[in-house]
Amino acid sequence: MTVIETVPADSEDTRGSSLPRYLALKAGGSLISLALVVVLGFFMFRIIPGDPAINMTRGRQVSPGEVERLRQEMGLDKPLLVQFWRFVRDLFTGDLGTSYVYRRPVTDLIGDYIGPTLLLTGTAALISVALGLWLGQKAAWRRGSWFDKIHTGVALVFWSVPTFWLGLLLLLVFGGGLGWFPTGGMSTAASTDTGMAHVLDVAHHLVLPVVTMVAVIYAQYLMVMRASVLEEMSADYLTTARAKGLREDLVRTRHAVPNALLPTVTLIFLTLGLLIAGTVTVETVFSWPGLGYLTYKGLSAPDFPLVQGTFVVFSAAVIVMNFIADLLYRVLDPRLKSS
Amino acid sequence: MTTSGQAAIRARRRARFAEVVREIASHPSAVIGAALLLVIIVLALLAPVLMPMDRLDVTQVTARGNESPSGGHWLGTDPSGRDVLGLLLWGSRASLLVGFSATAIAMVIGTTFGMAAGHFTGLTRAVVLRIIDFFLVVPSLVLAIVLSTVLSRGLSTIVIAIGVTSWAQTARVVRAQTLTIETRPYIERSRALGAGDRHIIGKHVLPAVMPLVMANTTLTVGSAIILESTLAFLGLGDPTTFSWGSMLKTALDTGAATAGYWWFVLAPGVAIVIVVLCFTLVGRALEAVLNPTLRAR
Repeated sequence: MTVIETVPADSEDTRGSSLPRYLALKAGGSLISLALVVVLGFFMFRIIPGDPAINMTRGRQVSPGEVERLRQEMGLDKPLLVQFWRFVRDLFTGDLGTSYVYRRPVTDLIGDYIGPTLLLTGTAALISVALGLWLGQKAAWRRGSWFDKIHTGVALVFWSVPTFWLGLLLLLVFGGGLGWFPTGGMSTAASTDTGMAHVLDVAHHLVLPVVTMVAVIYAQYLMVMRASVLEEMSADYLTTARAKGLREDLVRTRHAVPNALLPTVTLIFLTLGLLIAGTVTVETVFSWPGLGYLTYKGLSAPDFPLVQGTFVVFSAAVIVMNFIADLLYRVLDPRLKSS
Repeated sequence: MTTSGQAAIRARRRARFAEVVREIASHPSAVIGAALLLVIIVLALLAPVLMPMDRLDVTQVTARGNESPSGGHWLGTDPSGRDVLGLLLWGSRASLLVGFSATAIAMVIGTTFGMAAGHFTGLTRAVVLRIIDFFLVVPSLVLAIVLSTVLSRGLSTIVIAIGVTSWAQTARVVRAQTLTIETRPYIERSRALGAGDRHIIGKHVLPAVMPLVMANTTLTVGSAIILESTLAFLGLGDPTTFSWGSMLKTALDTGAATAGYWWFVLAPGVAIVIVVLCFTLVGRALEAVLNPTLRAR
């Protein structure tokens, strides 16, 4: 829902610097961001009112001795900096603490729930990229036409709609009303389907969440592709292509579109990370068993180690995707390389 | 001489202001958006008069739960029999209050960091830029979720969580504008006359970036309202106030969508979209008029 820039987040002027220097700058920046995530991830969860050991044992009968032992186990009797050092050390060995609610290591939980999220975001990303780019170049080529007006209008409306509400609407119409699609989960409960039947069942459950995500995200690809093609349209090489006698369709697909794709490729990677973070609302609406749903479960408990773990994973995913976008931006555009 | 100089400055500012108003008025969508917003703000202020709180008290309502729209309840009732239109009215207060106050925080942080990143050099600039970059990259929803989870529940928590996570875009725009302003001769002249950082930022840079900040404010209010409704939808809102997001949470929790209670799903969402769209329309027009880089196009 935030406006995404075509150019990767970049306030440092890196134009004109050599490729290794550019790489080092970007990698350094990403590493600092990752470190900040870890620092925030630790200290934000230390401002919670109350004692973590008491929070963890809430609702159970425990003796003061047991609480004290738990405090020692969690290292709460140590100074804050020692606790932070332990947190960082555990993080590097893949230990994100133990969930209060599930009573399992957070890393294991994330491992269990990451698959459905990747399936959902991957499918949504593929469809919205294909749809957005295709509609965008079409709209730009026929700028001012009804096709252009309708598609940019619809895309902008979808873009200002809260994701979770769109999900609820689809649930209302296609889940509850028409009954075409299941209203939640990833597969039919108590079904013993295997093989192809199971794949179809999951695909059936996947439709509504994917449509929700696509509707919200494709507008950005459409707008960027449209702007990008519009910029190419006055270029001299298109006049040359037409002068050669190429048909209009070929001028578009062979000459204009490949050049216009450049800025959109980086945008795709920029939004992929945000797409993963955006699963919190979509997965909540459709109770899709992924990381977003896990986060929702964690914050309604509240299960602090779980929320802390998903915060680190989501933020890291976005930072890594941003770094990839930065790299592609530089590698794909030959004009930047030579300068 | 000074007084006549100041009078001239005032006259010029007034003329520029009138010009901006005229230019905005030439965007019909912005006029519609502004007019609608005015109506919504008045309705929100009048909520206690139009729908006294006790008529929304669960223990006092006479209607049954999930009644479809009728003459008595124009937008039907919620699962506990409260009037949906009344909830909507009261919910607008939370949305607007959080939207405006969170944006105020975001604008102060964003303007300060943006001007600092544009004005200073060396280590200060490097550190400030890193902080801006971090907040640009980290997904604001996820950060806001964490902040509202660890702080105690309440409207102020939501305001802080949204304010602290939605300033980076503004800082970025303000920095770019600061860099442009500082190359102007009058800044150099001011510096040659011995002006310090405080004078240059306060007297020259701040007035020059203010128009851009205004345009950004309007756009940020819209996204802050969406973020507020999202947090409330996830159950992180203030449990004691009505909000559009928490209405939708109730809708999800009670299965209103799958049961076909369309009025309870539709109403809060349409309200959010209308308000956000109004702010976006006004903000886009302001930006088109006030942002020098967009005006050329």
